[in-house]
Amino acid sequence: MATVRLSFSPAPVHVRTARLVGVAVARRAGVREDLLDEVRLAIGEACTRAVALHRQYGLHDPVLMEMSDSGQYAVRVVDRAPIEAGIGLAALPPDELANESLTDEALTTGVGFALLAGFVEDLQVRPVDEGVGTEVRMVWPVRR
Amino acid sequence: MELSLATRAVGEHTVLEVGGEVDVYTAPRLRERLLELIDGGARHVVVDLGRVDFLDSTGLGVLVGALKRLRAAGGSFALVCDKEPLLKIFRITALDQVFPLHPTVDAAIAADSTGAGA
Repeated sequence: MATVRLSFSPAPVHVRTARLVGVAVARRAGVREDLLDEVRLAIGEACTRAVALHRQYGLHDPVLMEMSDSGQYAVRVVDRAPIEAGIGLAALPPDELANESLTDEALTTGVGFALLAGFVEDLQVRPVDEGVGTEVRMVWPVRR
Repeated sequence: MELSLATRAVGEHTVLEVGGEVDVYTAPRLRERLLELIDGGARHVVVDLGRVDFLDSTGLGVLVGALKRLRAAGGSFALVCDKEPLLKIFRITALDQVFPLHPTVDAAIAADSTGAGA
């Protein structure tokens, strides 16, 4: 089993780095080539969400991303924002997407969650075991 | 790849060609450019995503924002996209039911029923 950890300041510019690292480790772990676009998008969404929460709450703590390949490719993205902010994710129905009253932030959050749920078959969003925060856990199969 | 933005006029339409990665870092530049165009009087905007190789929720949010503004101003907004990975993103988010999506710029302009069509 190999583990790679990446910890980054909650700034949008680092999300691209996280995507690049996440895909590089996925390829190395044996995730099928045709899944890599989805891995890239899902990791991007999970990290974007974490960065947005840290900025919303004025948190300077780093966002943690941990990748491991023990029989499958598992990625955890951990934020340190209060739980109530993180868990209440919901995809938006189409008739609400272009609704005038929907804020840009709410739209982006809803669309981001729709992408995570749509691209990751094995997805969990749950409170972290210790302290404050939420963990987004995504798992993809690997070839052996 | 960095974000690239290029604008050209086709009749009554303003075509914005976008290339590279549209994500949480680069999307504010796309938003700024769209606002400049709309504030500058563009009413029929076609965004060509042909050279986009990454698009996330932040980028989609910017595109929805532009669509709403133009509709409120009596204008039109359409997207050009023929790449399957990007089309899948629109389907999964149900945004394919929100945006007019066309395979080419010509098709987008021809389909515009707001009075500015070819």
